[in-house]
Amino acid sequence: MLKKRLIFTLLHDSGNFMLSRNFRLQKVGDLEWLKRNYDFQKISFYIDELIVLDVSRKNRSIDKFCDILKEISYGCFVPISSGGGIRSMQDARKILRSGADKIILNTALFEDFKLIQDLSKEFGQQCIVGSLDIKKNSKYEIFTQSGSKKIEEINLIQDLINSGFVGEIYLNSIDQDGTGQGYDLDLLELLPSENKIPIILAGGVGNSSHLSQGMSSSKVDATATANLFNFVGDGLKEARMNLLKEGFSLAKWKSQDAIE
Amino acid sequence: MKKKTVILDYGMGNLFSVLNAIKYLNFPVEISDNPSEILKADSIILPGVGSFKKAMSSLKNNGFIDVLKESVLEKQKNILGICLGMQLFASEGEEDGFSKGLGFIDGRVKRMIIPDNEKLKLPHIGFNTVSFDKKSILGDHIDNNSDFYFVHSYHLFHKEVNLIEAKCEYGIKFTAAYEKDNIFATQFHPEKSQTNGLQLLKNFLEI
Repeated sequence: MLKKRLIFTLLHDSGNFMLSRNFRLQKVGDLEWLKRNYDFQKISFYIDELIVLDVSRKNRSIDKFCDILKEISYGCFVPISSGGGIRSMQDARKILRSGADKIILNTALFEDFKLIQDLSKEFGQQCIVGSLDIKKNSKYEIFTQSGSKKIEEINLIQDLINSGFVGEIYLNSIDQDGTGQGYDLDLLELLPSENKIPIILAGGVGNSSHLSQGMSSSKVDATATANLFNFVGDGLKEARMNLLKEGFSLAKWKSQDAIE
Repeated sequence: MKKKTVILDYGMGNLFSVLNAIKYLNFPVEISDNPSEILKADSIILPGVGSFKKAMSSLKNNGFIDVLKESVLEKQKNILGICLGMQLFASEGEEDGFSKGLGFIDGRVKRMIIPDNEKLKLPHIGFNTVSFDKKSILGDHIDNNSDFYFVHSYHLFHKEVNLIEAKCEYGIKFTAAYEKDNIFATQFHPEKSQTNGLQLLKNFLEI
């Protein structure tokens, strides 16, 4: 039986890892900080997947980001999805050669769909994660370019999902992002009623009960959190234990010293 | 002396994850895009993320097809195909139009057809349960019905009778792993399947 997934998202900006609140970024620490507070070999043991996003707003360097990605992926035996600023086949290839299994696209979904088609043909539909940043004003609207550019047509979500070029959707609420108030579950109403691709819900997790609220929805395949502080130390381990205790069907594996 | 494993670099796939996992297990390994290095290897890993057609043309353009056939069919070197790597062992694939595969396994790679009433999504992404045959070498020291990470929309449909198979169920029962003589393959990603996958890789490296 296919299991639901618990995903941890890391936000990177020019060598530092960030906390985001409503898409405003706050520096938390560099790679050394991350290694001190998150023993990656250990924490990756309690998650099903890792997402690493380059959210740099200026001086973005895909090469430097890839160096960091390589370091993070070392000793991490879970799938990694990564993106941020992918504008060409070459960018995507660099990310995929730095430890990522899937690439995440946001702006290109609306500004360069030809690239999405090309990437999908090259690496397969399963390799393409479409990241949707959604904000509610009087109604729901999609934003691109790190939440700065508005795309009017909310129906584009349905077209995107039905296009056959995107393998998964990372559905993120700008309003809930970093608030710790829980997911915006109404976002799920924006999906086609017969949605056929996996959905990762993101934005707003403050504790593990929010993760279970997300997982309870039959429309959600994976729940993500990017909150570095709430899950520092044994936070992810405890969150996973709680979810298992509540009866969610999550994958299981043996401890690292059990390899024979 | 431990045997040397070469991970084949043909421009497709997440080579570094496989490399990292094998290094973690402390086995000699290198990545190579040089066909003559493949001939020198004791065992070969063919990873792969991408479409069947692109991967076959990439293998061809990099001069790997004859080398792989010689290594696997004549010299009987152990080979492990992962995900798309497994699919490429088939005689033919349907992804992005028909194309010929390596032909190590008499079979065809098709898009998964899931019964409508199952309401399952495609791609099949995430950890799913795999049941191994008792005789499986890859499945040694692994509990039956252990979870492995899948990410695919196509699967291998084969006509072989002498395969040792592992099965997974997602709307339909499909081949999740198989072994036949020196040919080993997994549709899932052992390098992304936590300790379950590390154990499987170790089983392969110790053959």
